[in-house]
Amino acid sequence: MELIFEKSRPGRRAVVFDPLDVPEATLPPALCREEPAALPEVGELDVVRHFSRLSQRNFGIDTHFYPLGSCTMKYNPKMAEAVAAHPGFLALHPHLASAPAMWPLCQGAFELIFELERLLAGIAGMRQVSLQPIAGAHGELTGTLMIAAYHREKGNARDTILIPDSAHGTNPASAAIAGFKVVEVPSLPDGTLDPEAFRKALNESVAGVMMTCPNTHGLFEPRVREIAQMAHETDALMYYDGANLNAIIGECRPGDLGFDVMHFNLHKTFATPHGMGGPGSGPVGVGERLEAFLPGPRVVRDGNAFGLASPPRSIGRISAFFGNFLIAVRAYAYILHLGGDGLRQVAHNAVLNANYVYARLKDLFEPAFDGPFMHECVFSAAPLAKHGVHALDIAKALLDRGFHAPTVYFPLTVKESLMIEPTETESKETLDAFCDAMAEIARLAAREPETLHAAPVTLPVGRLDEVRAARELNCRV
Amino acid sequence: MSFVPVTPVEQAEMLATIGLTKIEALFQHIPESLRATSWDVPPGQSEMAVRARLAQLAGHGDGTRICFLGGGYYDHFVPAAVDALASRGEFATAYTPYQPEAAQGTLQSIYEYQSAVCRLTGMDFANASLYDGGTAVFEAATMAVRLTRRQHIVCHDSLNPLYREILETHTANLGLELLDGDDPAGAACVIVQNPAFLGDVRDFAPLAQRCHEAGALLIMSFYPLSLGLLKTPGAMGADIAVAEGQSLGVPLSFGGPYLGILTTRKEHVRRMPGRLAAATEDAQGRRGFVLTLQAREQHIRREKAMSNICSNEALIALRALIYLCLLGKEGLREAAAHCHAKAEFLKRRLSFARLLNPGPTFNEFAIRLPRKAQEVCAALAEQGYLAGLPLSAVGRGEETDLLVAVTEQRTRAQLDAFAEALARACR
Ligand SMILES: Cc1ncc(COP(=O)(O)O)c(C=O)c1O
Repeated sequence: MELIFEKSRPGRRAVVFDPLDVPEATLPPALCREEPAALPEVGELDVVRHFSRLSQRNFGIDTHFYPLGSCTMKYNPKMAEAVAAHPGFLALHPHLASAPAMWPLCQGAFELIFELERLLAGIAGMRQVSLQPIAGAHGELTGTLMIAAYHREKGNARDTILIPDSAHGTNPASAAIAGFKVVEVPSLPDGTLDPEAFRKALNESVAGVMMTCPNTHGLFEPRVREIAQMAHETDALMYYDGANLNAIIGECRPGDLGFDVMHFNLHKTFATPHGMGGPGSGPVGVGERLEAFLPGPRVVRDGNAFGLASPPRSIGRISAFFGNFLIAVRAYAYILHLGGDGLRQVAHNAVLNANYVYARLKDLFEPAFDGPFMHECVFSAAPLAKHGVHALDIAKALLDRGFHAPTVYFPLTVKESLMIEPTETESKETLDAFCDAMAEIARLAAREPETLHAAPVTLPVGRLDEVRAARELNCRV
Repeated sequence: MSFVPVTPVEQAEMLATIGLTKIEALFQHIPESLRATSWDVPPGQSEMAVRARLAQLAGHGDGTRICFLGGGYYDHFVPAAVDALASRGEFATAYTPYQPEAAQGTLQSIYEYQSAVCRLTGMDFANASLYDGGTAVFEAATMAVRLTRRQHIVCHDSLNPLYREILETHTANLGLELLDGDDPAGAACVIVQNPAFLGDVRDFAPLAQRCHEAGALLIMSFYPLSLGLLKTPGAMGADIAVAEGQSLGVPLSFGGPYLGILTTRKEHVRRMPGRLAAATEDAQGRRGFVLTLQAREQHIRREKAMSNICSNEALIALRALIYLCLLGKEGLREAAAHCHAKAEFLKRRLSFARLLNPGPTFNEFAIRLPRKAQEVCAALAEQGYLAGLPLSAVGRGEETDLLVAVTEQRTRAQLDAFAEALARACR
């Protein structure tokens, strides 16, 4: 397909402004660009067709089953889109929050932030929540910065964060960006954290521990309470990566499990759209140990009015205002709509769907662990290597059959990993169709592996030359 | 309500396939002692009720006032086609393009976005997006630290104080030193902003040269829409240019989602944070797009990654791209020229106040009023205006100082009426 730049015709325009109704003004030439930026010259219909057609070259939840493990690609309700498009939210200037004289003009937004933070705190068993972090990884960074501030305040010399080898890449990256050394703790063959290895790794330099529960193997960490106790005995704090909260929402709360700080991924558990990679939202929750360190300023209630205040030992601003506010609006609407019972049903049916897929596939593909799996199940395609078939081939063959691929090659602890997270919003017939396709692929892998190597053949492009992309670095026109 | 489509009969069948009879049994391996000690989320409400509640909250604010408030975030016009296209489910409900063949729409749009941003800024490479303008400053600063192996970051007073605060929060545990001023000696970088937070437009080329002589990088935070007129960061010699992309077709939305733009020069691309799309071909020679240089990123490099960013602001980058296409070469110049001309017109109408900018400005300027700025803002809000940003509230001026922004959306009649209202409020 042509680039929009290739559709440019000199002199063609879409948006034209009204004639200037004030005198023209000039800036000194030395401060001005010499030529206008070479943006496309196209009409509105050119733009509309171009981007409509581009959109049709995508798989999204609205069009395809999208069992991308760890990403919780559930249905994004249109109701949430409608409320986030309210002109009263869209036009609200964030600097209204900057001066108390203007706070009366943003009371509704303050109330929404206050209410959502309170609801999220209750859902997770945390004391307080801040919506400031912009994505999950930003929440991790915020959390580890609070852990650093906690130890600095106490005069503890701590420079290390312990992280299981199954953790998502953002966990070690966030800890390192926050200024910590990262020590990896191995998993047991059953896929859960090795408590003995953890005990050995825990020493006076450890500031905190980052865990995911259920972990990225789809398994609940049975010893999570003991691990938290061991950590707390040395004054190390416990961080909960909330990416997998969908599995346990309403059944378990990170605060009850012994975690001091966590992030939520509103774009996962609370059904806000993933937008081709973002925007998401990664609020942080804290228990009493870190309450005083939350980012500020925060919305507080003062009688009948809402205003702002900073916690006493706040780490400061982690984003300019209140994070991705319109994502928070969507998540708030989702929580109000589902309510307590609906949210528990989310966890139940997310786990049901994953276990159903597991039951149907476990004799066709090698399970990476014995389970019991929660919201996602992990297989290894390693045994198919003898036919020359890899996880990547399975992924591409699924695309040809109209399904987005599972997450492949993550977690790194599983060779040729296939990580399947169906989510609760998929129907039995969709899961059956997916499992049928997987069964067919398993058959082909043994009998006609070359047909899998050719996949995908039904999409606008086949497998692309990534080595050439990296060598030529053609990243713009 | 939970958007669960599985019927009770199907649920029973599925449980039977699993070998269970009750759905609760799926959780039986989690000991009772680890279960939630309380669960008091209120009962669900219908779509109708939820939408009524949200409409009520949206009504308790005010987006209808005539806006002269800026401070880094501006009330620009957003063409309807931006919303219509960016809200398509095929874009909005996709995720990171991990399977390029099923995400050519996403990947080509990133490639086009990178192209548009490079053409706008005069820089060589743009990444696929960062969170927002403030965090982009942090990413740029740590990139400069990696490139120079130096530990000092110098912040020029042109920089938005919110960005400076965000930078401080993010670097608190990194052992870096944040200094003020513009002296590049021994520094990893000097961070400037153009136009400055208070509105001044400068040519930072001489500072760029001083930085390079001292082995430091020049990081420039720019205002994307102003580049319809202004000299580009690339032409001034910036090594890394970053921006808050909100001015490119993104509604104010009480602070987000916005768009972090980051660009750099060829020689630094391998140290750049964030995703990057590149053109390539398939076996049949068809052009296609993939993510490239992924070894810089967290999912491969983990604790050694250039950044921890995973989810970014791709859909907002798409908005910016669509906006730039709709305005086009001439439209962007026009939008910028109108902003500037209208601001100059208002500036002259406010001669009763003292102008605090010594030189040229783009669409924003600072004035000293005979009265406290917060009082003036409150009085003008009653009359239907957001008069501007009281500068003392962000630690950048006296209590009487007000930062006033003008966009292409303001009409001459509005500017006249506002100037009069402001004059009255100051009497
Ligand atoms: C387990 C886990 N942790 C953390 C993250 C990071 O979240 P985000 O992409 O919102 O930054 C992800 C996202 O993919 C994840 O799957």
